[in-house]
Amino acid sequence: MLSIGTPITTGGQPQPRVARWLRFASPQAFLPLADRLIPWLHAIALVLAAAGLYIGLFAAPTDHQQGDSYRIIFVHVPAAWLSMVIYMAMAFWAGVGLVLNTRLSAMMASALAPTGALFTFLALWTGALWGKPTWGAWWVWDARLTSELILLFLYIGFMALQAAISDPRRADRAGAVLALVGVVNVPIIYFSVQWWNTLHQGSSVSLRSAPTMAALMLQGMLIMALALWAYAGAAVLQRLRAIVLERERHTEWIQRYITERK
Amino acid sequence: MLNALLLVIRRDLLLAFRRRTDVLSTLVFFVIVCTLFPLGVGPEPELLRTLGPGVLWVAALLASTLALNRLFGLDHADGTLEQLLLSPEPLVLIVAGKVAAHWLISGLPLVLLTPLLALQFGLDGQATASLALSLLIGTPALSLVGAIGAALTLDVRGGGVLVALLVLPLYAPVLIFGAGAAVAEAGGGAAEANLLLLGGLLAGAAALAPWATASALRISLE
Repeated sequence: MLSIGTPITTGGQPQPRVARWLRFASPQAFLPLADRLIPWLHAIALVLAAAGLYIGLFAAPTDHQQGDSYRIIFVHVPAAWLSMVIYMAMAFWAGVGLVLNTRLSAMMASALAPTGALFTFLALWTGALWGKPTWGAWWVWDARLTSELILLFLYIGFMALQAAISDPRRADRAGAVLALVGVVNVPIIYFSVQWWNTLHQGSSVSLRSAPTMAALMLQGMLIMALALWAYAGAAVLQRLRAIVLERERHTEWIQRYITERK
Repeated sequence: MLNALLLVIRRDLLLAFRRRTDVLSTLVFFVIVCTLFPLGVGPEPELLRTLGPGVLWVAALLASTLALNRLFGLDHADGTLEQLLLSPEPLVLIVAGKVAAHWLISGLPLVLLTPLLALQFGLDGQATASLALSLLIGTPALSLVGAIGAALTLDVRGGGVLVALLVLPLYAPVLIFGAGAAVAEAGGGAAEANLLLLGGLLAGAAALAPWATASALRISLE
């Protein structure tokens, strides 16, 4: 076990690297850090999104099979990627909060959920927009689509459970159990849906056989992915800051923090 | 230890036996849902034969979700649950006993009723047998996973709908393999593979779900 309870401000002594980072487990130390990070992340997201969209919409060549409709991947792929990463991160922080009983970790998990749900929805939505011209249908019961939809349901369940419990401590811990149960289930759901799909119908549509991408497409996609990561970071930190302010509003240090900011 | 498990099962079965309407209402719900489907999609025998196994599986899923509130709800209302939490016996064992009793009350009757409902959908003997077998293996997994949701939503406002929201997505793999086993040609490789996977899910749920349920109960009652 890492030494979380040990006093960290020990005068001029050099602190071990881990302890320096663990300092931010306290909301009090975290808030100023979030204040400093949020504008930067927003700026990075804006610049990278502009660059990525320029490459994606203007610079990248037209696909010889799918025409211009493929350009939706510049939003779709990063969103789908983030939707899964954020669920993992949410379960991780929920687990940390449950085991180590750190308040901020649990708040982090609840701050991550809406952004994760947003990206899941975005991935489904852009997928439907891409599916109509390419597959001829807004929705097919493809394994990925179905498991992404179930992922959205898992996010909604997590948020609904936390919203239904009025005691924030219990909400944190109940949500943590649900997130951990969900994260065990996500791979099972993914593989079961994949097998179900292959059992019921031959996979008529597959992304796996897509031709190798032009370098410029890949670059545009990676830049867009970084942009969405930065946006997700900014949005989550902003929401986390709001949660901290709300939950700790009765403490003295919050009052001090607010008067200092004015 | 085993004694405690058996005592919990016996107590819950006895309580259920004394309040028979609760048990029966779940069963009747199952029958009604299955009856409504032909009214919705039309009486063509061929169509019903195709839909039958899937409809029965989804109806069983909904019926078992509906029954989840009773798993801990009554014990929580009269304070028994808090006493059980204080007991020196491991909570995981008590949870396992309650889930087992819950399945005997709400899952097993569905399996026993399946042949009758299969007649409604015109399934032949072979199809009925594989459907009943898949439900027999699948419904305990539903009870195990559902118990986590029931424990988390204990004493929460809007708990009834919420529990469905939490557990139905988690039921997806059980539904896929269960209905897959029921639909696949009996004796063929696909049916066997689906049944094995369903058994794997049941084993996994039996190993993990009681622990998750026990910690969820502790969180809900602290």
